[in-house]
Amino acid sequence: MKHFSQDISLVLGGAAGQGIQTVEALLVQVLKREGYNVFSSKEYMSRIRGGSNSTEIRITNKKCASFVERIDFLFALDKEAIPHLEKRIGTKTVLLGEREKTCGLSEKCQVIDVPFTRFANELGNPIYTSTVAVGVALGILQADERVFEKYLQEHFARKGDEVVAKNIEAGKKGYAFGKHVAYNEGIEVTIAKNKTVEEEILLDGNDALGLGVLASGCNYISSYPMSPGTGLLTFLAKHKKEFGIVIDQAEDEISAINHSIGAWYAGSRAIVTTSGGGFDLMTEGVSLSGMIETPIVVHIGQRPGPATGLPTRTEQADLNLVLYAGHGEFPRAIFVPGTHEEAFLVAQQAFHIADKYQIPVFILTDQYFLDSIRSFPEKDLQILEPKNHITKTKADYKRYALTSDGISPRGVPGYGEGLVGVDSDEHDEQAHITESADMRVAMHKKRLGKIGAIREEAFLPTEIGDVKHADTVIVSWGSNRGVLEEALEIVGNKSIAGLHFHQVYPLPEKAKKLLTKKKVVVLENNAGGQFANLLKLEYGIEITENILKYDGDPFFVEEVVIRLKSLM
Amino acid sequence: MIDKKLYDMPRETDIAWCPGCGNFPILNIVKMALSELDRAPEDVVICSGIGQAAKTPHYLRVNYFNGLHGRALPPAIAIKVSNPKLTVIAESGDGDTYGEGGNHFMHTIRRNPDITNIVHDNMIYGLTKGQASPTSEKGLKNPIQPEGVIVDQFNPLAVALSLGATFVARAFSGDILQTKEIIKEAILHKGYALVDVFQPCVVFNKQNTYQWFREKGYYVDENHNRSDKMKAFELAFDLDRLALGVIYQREGKPTYETSVREGDEPLYKKTFDKAALKNLINTYR
Ligand SMILES: Cc1ncc(C[n+]2csc(CCOP(=O)(O)OP(=O)(O)O)c2C)c(N)n1
Ligand SMILES: [Mg+2]
Repeated sequence: MKHFSQDISLVLGGAAGQGIQTVEALLVQVLKREGYNVFSSKEYMSRIRGGSNSTEIRITNKKCASFVERIDFLFALDKEAIPHLEKRIGTKTVLLGEREKTCGLSEKCQVIDVPFTRFANELGNPIYTSTVAVGVALGILQADERVFEKYLQEHFARKGDEVVAKNIEAGKKGYAFGKHVAYNEGIEVTIAKNKTVEEEILLDGNDALGLGVLASGCNYISSYPMSPGTGLLTFLAKHKKEFGIVIDQAEDEISAINHSIGAWYAGSRAIVTTSGGGFDLMTEGVSLSGMIETPIVVHIGQRPGPATGLPTRTEQADLNLVLYAGHGEFPRAIFVPGTHEEAFLVAQQAFHIADKYQIPVFILTDQYFLDSIRSFPEKDLQILEPKNHITKTKADYKRYALTSDGISPRGVPGYGEGLVGVDSDEHDEQAHITESADMRVAMHKKRLGKIGAIREEAFLPTEIGDVKHADTVIVSWGSNRGVLEEALEIVGNKSIAGLHFHQVYPLPEKAKKLLTKKKVVVLENNAGGQFANLLKLEYGIEITENILKYDGDPFFVEEVVIRLKSLM
Repeated sequence: MIDKKLYDMPRETDIAWCPGCGNFPILNIVKMALSELDRAPEDVVICSGIGQAAKTPHYLRVNYFNGLHGRALPPAIAIKVSNPKLTVIAESGDGDTYGEGGNHFMHTIRRNPDITNIVHDNMIYGLTKGQASPTSEKGLKNPIQPEGVIVDQFNPLAVALSLGATFVARAFSGDILQTKEIIKEAILHKGYALVDVFQPCVVFNKQNTYQWFREKGYYVDENHNRSDKMKAFELAFDLDRLALGVIYQREGKPTYETSVREGDEPLYKKTFDKAALKNLINTYR
């Protein structure tokens, strides 16, 4: 008898182009509609076909948002999947695959022969393999077959009755087989369902960010493709009609950022999306935005570097890059969402801060975050309602008027009687080139002076557990919120709490006291402890320990638990 | 016609060009062309990069975006797309446009936005004190190649033609009236218009002088068939005699701004559509 309860991890392993993504998409949708909490994340190779990729779907009683090393069920769709995931296969892992492809590959655990391809071929086309696989998984879980059928009906409706009918048949075959296997092998799965989950929305980090960008009133994107930043460009392109968004595929990243700053100058609301390597090329534009006080929002989906690095994997090593990008001194802000809801929120805040303070603002995500799928209540998406901070100009308008708060009202060409000039040279109030030392100092102070107000508006970090009474505080930023929350809960020790930042620059003054007189441990996906160093610099605190990982994978819950226990 | 004086900067404006510089007539010509075409200063945007030529927008009263070296074109496209009602001119030097900004030059032509690209071509890097530019002649002695330039000259007209530019012209800053007419035609042209204006640098380029250009340049006659692309190539490739005037024009090719967006309402007027967002969010259920 094999009994699984509360928390199972189901992994799909196979080559690129084999349909793992289709299985994932179908499975998480159906499970969510049945009221299961799901969280899925993936790792894949930088190639179009072949190789060995995997997706992990966690189905849990309580909501969770992290990656576990353990595999309970492994669907191996090809020969490579088993050796690829060997380290994560345990004695309790149930391995399902076609006999010819899985035979003798793992001695650690039981392999159940599932003739996916044969079933699909019986229906006349190997294309049905994915639906068969989904059926098998749902059969093992003893999920409600009617919900599955209804979903297939809706999902394939556009493709005509025959396709619907064949998929339903494929699903049924798989489902019956899964149920049969579970019975024969004595596999029992009990996971609680929750009615409220059925009504939730289900999406990946990329779409959560994209919806936030739409909520910010964005109407312009100029970008050059680079994983994992491309997803946002694709998302906006998909919705360009309904939202009236200009999509410009730039010739290079230098063009993308200069183009987007030009769009803001003319009154549009623009974003650029890229990854670290593309952002390297954009840094001159960041500096330009700082000097001409024209807003820009940049999304950087991080992946491991240096150089081309590991194009499809994950890391958090571009914080320093973004913090210091661009020559000269000027204010900036950096947002790092840790949940889908936060991605939706920070995208809007990024536009708000960029627009209000006329500065470059960054959103740093990573491959792991962008690709992970979760469900949550729609009401948790907070809509801030965008406000356009532009002004109608009068004939005597001065673009860089020296004001008490350092913000010179921003006019746009063609709106009002005034003329709007911007200049990358040091300039006077009218935006003309100047070499006056006094004017230089006045303008530089004006620009830099804005940082105080930006800091006042900074998001406070999220406290996980009782930070005030804990002696050790584990700090995380960006995509590590989920893993820290879960590991802290497993450890369950009142002396350790967590603090998660979704804005890392400028840091809010008020959060400093949460970290003083504490043992501070910083968890991040890089080798240099970049955020730990920033905390030292900004708050003047000591960092007791770093928990770092930089092999291209996100943290597993298990390894974080081990590290936390070792601190006690 | 708008009074040309409306474009004038205050008398005391300190102009950073050298006496006798070929930039002065171009500045005057641009003002004349805008005034004759009735373009009000607040409806005109000049984008420039960095260099002596790129300082032009500081010396006339219009809107301007004086950005980074080599980057006059990307913001110019964005401004035209954001507000198609504006008259957008990108104006910079040969180094800025063909060297640092070479990739943007190529891909702007392919997009065909309705902008006018005026290149002040002095065949040298003026501001940085006389290094070779892409259009410098082979053999030109300069501080970095004291024995003379060793690489081939860049041919902007031929490159533009080969990329499908819809308006290609060469002009001479010494000929005010002819150049003004060419620039007016370029502004009126619906699509990307390149005007490479020969502009002598009296300090750093002692080889390609007013005199040199007067000897080499000639105007294409009124019978020149502007839509004949092969003829245009022939003219562009001839570097012994330099053809002046509109060498090629093709009308009717859709502009970038009409292809990439709907309508011509300035994007700053767009309001946030909450209902559309709510609908989209609902599809994730
Ligand atoms: C990124 C960058 N590289 C180099 C420079 C230095 N620089 C300024 S202008 C210029 C060349 C200007 O030549 P051109 O565009 O022909 O203008 P001109 O001064 O001749 O009118 C150079 C190399 C710079 N400002 N920025
Ligand atoms: Mg030059």
